[in-house]
Amino acid sequence: MSKYVGKRIKRTEDPRLIKGLAHYVDDVRLPDTLHVAFVRSIYAHARIAGIDVTEAVKAPGVVAVYTGKDIAKVGPVPCAAALPDLKVPDYRVLATDKALFVGHPIAAVVATDKYLARDAADLISVDYEELPVVVDVEAAAKGGPVVHEQFGNNVAYTLTSGEGDIDAAMKSADTTITQRMVHQRLAPIAMEPRGVLARYFPGEEELTVWSSTQIPHLLRTQLAIMIGMPENKLRVITPEVGGGFGSKLNVYAEEALMGWISIQLGKPVKWIESRRENMQATIHGRAQVGTIEVGCKSDGTLTGLRYNVVADLGAYHQLLTPAIPTLTGLMLSGAYRIPAIQMNVTGVFTNKMSTDAYRGAGRPEATYVVERAMDIVAAELKIDPVEVRRKNFPGKDEFPFHTATGLDYDSGDYEAALDKALDISGYAKLRADQTKARSEGKIVGIGMSSYVEICALGPSQAMPAGGWESATVRIEPTGKVTVMTGASPHGQGQETSFAQIAADELGVDLNDVTVIHGDTAIVQYGIGTFGSRATAVGGTAVLVALQKLKEKAGKIAAHILQSDAAKLSFEGGRYSLPASAAAPITEDSEPEVGEAPAGALPDPHTEGKTSLTIQEIALAAHIAKELPPDMEPGLSATYFFEPKNFTFPFGTHICVVEIDKETGETKFLRYVAVDDCGKVINPLLVDGQLHGGIVQAIGQALYEEVVYDEQGQLVTGELMDYAIPRASQMPWFELDRTETPSPSNPLGVKGVGEAGTIGATPAVVNAIVDALSPYGVKHLDMPARPEAVWKLING
Amino acid sequence: MKQAISINVNGADHTSEVEPRLLLVHYLRDLLGLTGTHVGCETSICGACTVLLDGQAVKSCTMFAVQANGTNITTIEGLAANGQLHPMQEGFWEKHGLQCGYCTPGMIIAATQLIDRNPDPSRDEIRHGLEGNLCRCTGYQHIVEAVEYAAKKTAAGK
Repeated sequence: MSKYVGKRIKRTEDPRLIKGLAHYVDDVRLPDTLHVAFVRSIYAHARIAGIDVTEAVKAPGVVAVYTGKDIAKVGPVPCAAALPDLKVPDYRVLATDKALFVGHPIAAVVATDKYLARDAADLISVDYEELPVVVDVEAAAKGGPVVHEQFGNNVAYTLTSGEGDIDAAMKSADTTITQRMVHQRLAPIAMEPRGVLARYFPGEEELTVWSSTQIPHLLRTQLAIMIGMPENKLRVITPEVGGGFGSKLNVYAEEALMGWISIQLGKPVKWIESRRENMQATIHGRAQVGTIEVGCKSDGTLTGLRYNVVADLGAYHQLLTPAIPTLTGLMLSGAYRIPAIQMNVTGVFTNKMSTDAYRGAGRPEATYVVERAMDIVAAELKIDPVEVRRKNFPGKDEFPFHTATGLDYDSGDYEAALDKALDISGYAKLRADQTKARSEGKIVGIGMSSYVEICALGPSQAMPAGGWESATVRIEPTGKVTVMTGASPHGQGQETSFAQIAADELGVDLNDVTVIHGDTAIVQYGIGTFGSRATAVGGTAVLVALQKLKEKAGKIAAHILQSDAAKLSFEGGRYSLPASAAAPITEDSEPEVGEAPAGALPDPHTEGKTSLTIQEIALAAHIAKELPPDMEPGLSATYFFEPKNFTFPFGTHICVVEIDKETGETKFLRYVAVDDCGKVINPLLVDGQLHGGIVQAIGQALYEEVVYDEQGQLVTGELMDYAIPRASQMPWFELDRTETPSPSNPLGVKGVGEAGTIGATPAVVNAIVDALSPYGVKHLDMPARPEAVWKLING
Repeated sequence: MKQAISINVNGADHTSEVEPRLLLVHYLRDLLGLTGTHVGCETSICGACTVLLDGQAVKSCTMFAVQANGTNITTIEGLAANGQLHPMQEGFWEKHGLQCGYCTPGMIIAATQLIDRNPDPSRDEIRHGLEGNLCRCTGYQHIVEAVEYAAKKTAAGK
């Protein structure tokens, strides 16, 4: 039945991208555009005693200079996370009396040229009085210098979550393992840094903001509040967006500032983030330090799990900062039956950039501690890591499976994915090969991870402000299909995958479908792209809108064909009378759709027909001369889909590493991943998501770390210092799938955007620890840099 | 202060007066409007700004426009000939060698030089040949396959 869904179809968005003809924010050119450069704090914590802009104002090309006191009316950078007793500092768009992190914006210079703006920014003199700095998150939780004086200490919130009697569960255990684990601070590094272009139309009193964001509608609402203008006079456009990974799931000071400055000056204003600014002032991710405690019976059956964790929030709350560790708490059951679970989290302010959602957003931390703990349990009990996992999986018939973190996993067959990964990797032989390699003096390790993650965020009850997604589908008079999605793809490929859904559902050619997104003036309100939600929630909205549209089309078809809608068949894009009533269709009765003379629509030629295509019906619906009584003209439908539950993708990754004894460098010998993301719309895109996700996970395991020194200076301030993975460092991925449909949506899809990043990190670290186990190594913290590994080998 | 420069870009001659400090990438993007060449790091690490200068792949974010005086430059916009995609562009499309597309123009340009120098590269050689270009989306595997596709197609066309 399906011609497109499930097929490896190459992307419809690619031609413009491979020709260099796409438009990212900086590629949008407007006449008379002014350019903005920022002065940012060079100290992690300082009182701003004065700002001297005298020289800057006089510099060539300078139009305006703004400091904190000038923009006091612009509202604070918003935080959408609602937690009990959460301390929320007032986050002004420019620092006023104090700078709280390196990169904190202090002044904005507007000039006719970006070079001149930068020149003038360098003429601004800020009188800083340095204050004591708090960098280490565990120290910050205990005392010492305080980031926000008004709160008295650095603890933004504490929260306990989980179900079951954890103390009894731990007491009933034969063995308990405890391990401290560090999730280092990471930088998302979208290849396109952030960028904003704002244009105010003084006559219309309208503001258009082009921003490299994942959430155009949410941004519009927040900007309206921040700037204090009517939301219906504000338009947000996301042109091409060069990657997000969560870093653009946010509302930033610079976005409101560009809008406000454009209103002040009545001209287009542009700011394009440099990579240095991106490292300093775009959100970071992870940054948790915790201790995992797992109790188990002597046969490996888990009795309970406790995770005490301190989360480094940075200096301020961005949109979701304090909520990220709560996602860690939700996923602490992993792929296992654990009767009692408890997480105690302390969210702590430090003099650093805010942390927030970075690909995985709280779930990689959970998967990492659980999957590391499973290996530690296996080592402790001298059981194969495979068997410890298998023993604790819920069976495939136990779904929906309730966890002690309060979730109901939708569907799953964890053992099937595990077995497939074991089979593809040839696990038994891998172990035999490892023994042989060790006897030859090689350092070889095998690591695995059986993960579950939470996707399709999510039911509105569980989200800060709406968890649904929207779609409008319309068939134009010429038969072309327009799909408008509230999701905001930025590399994921939904222009293709949503077109696949629409083309199959309507029986039209894929090339007849265009998917529009990312313009609040065109597209109905939407939530956006994050949390692996776009296809599961947004794709479902498209599907249901298509079904609604077809319901109407069927009624029109029945009316024209003088039959009952229920009696018509719909196949290959054509509504037909039952065979008994049908006469052959003659060639010359075909309408000339798409060849309308100027100023007129073609004649639908419906007379005497026994079948009609849905595109012919669209034309008839627009001409509106042959509609059933009281029916609305036109052929379009809108649907807002509210999911009833999250989805829970899962899988098993197995990798083999070899460590160079002389250098401590880790190299991959194999990487096998079996993932289950439910039903698949386009396997090519799913593979791409997994490859990219796994590589970001490997980046965390081996290379990446945002480093602040004890003064709070950002040591990893450029891509010269912050090491993201290169092609030569990455393995060849052997991917396979199992396919367990999700009951949470009619497409049966689960989501795949973050699976690789969530599943892979522990597999890599487990392999390294396994490799180093002959040296007595039981754990090492990420990133497993060659130096650290070498020290473990060489004492 | 301004200096006159003359550069042939994608087959067309351009003469301009530019400040000596103007970066080549800004010359291409802002003066000529060729916005397919991107800026990703300003430090020669990411390769999003890669263009061909007299046939050599260079990072246009760390070169001044005046240094390119008298040269022939090919940017991503100049790669397709007579409406026909370059085999490398075709390879990236066929093999899903791009997601967000931001690194893609630089990656494609660097990869054309790679198969120019080594028409039948191994997967390892492809990976090492693209050391100077970072991609955060694809995990590189589909890029490797795209380059293999282009190498085969180019060899078949000779």
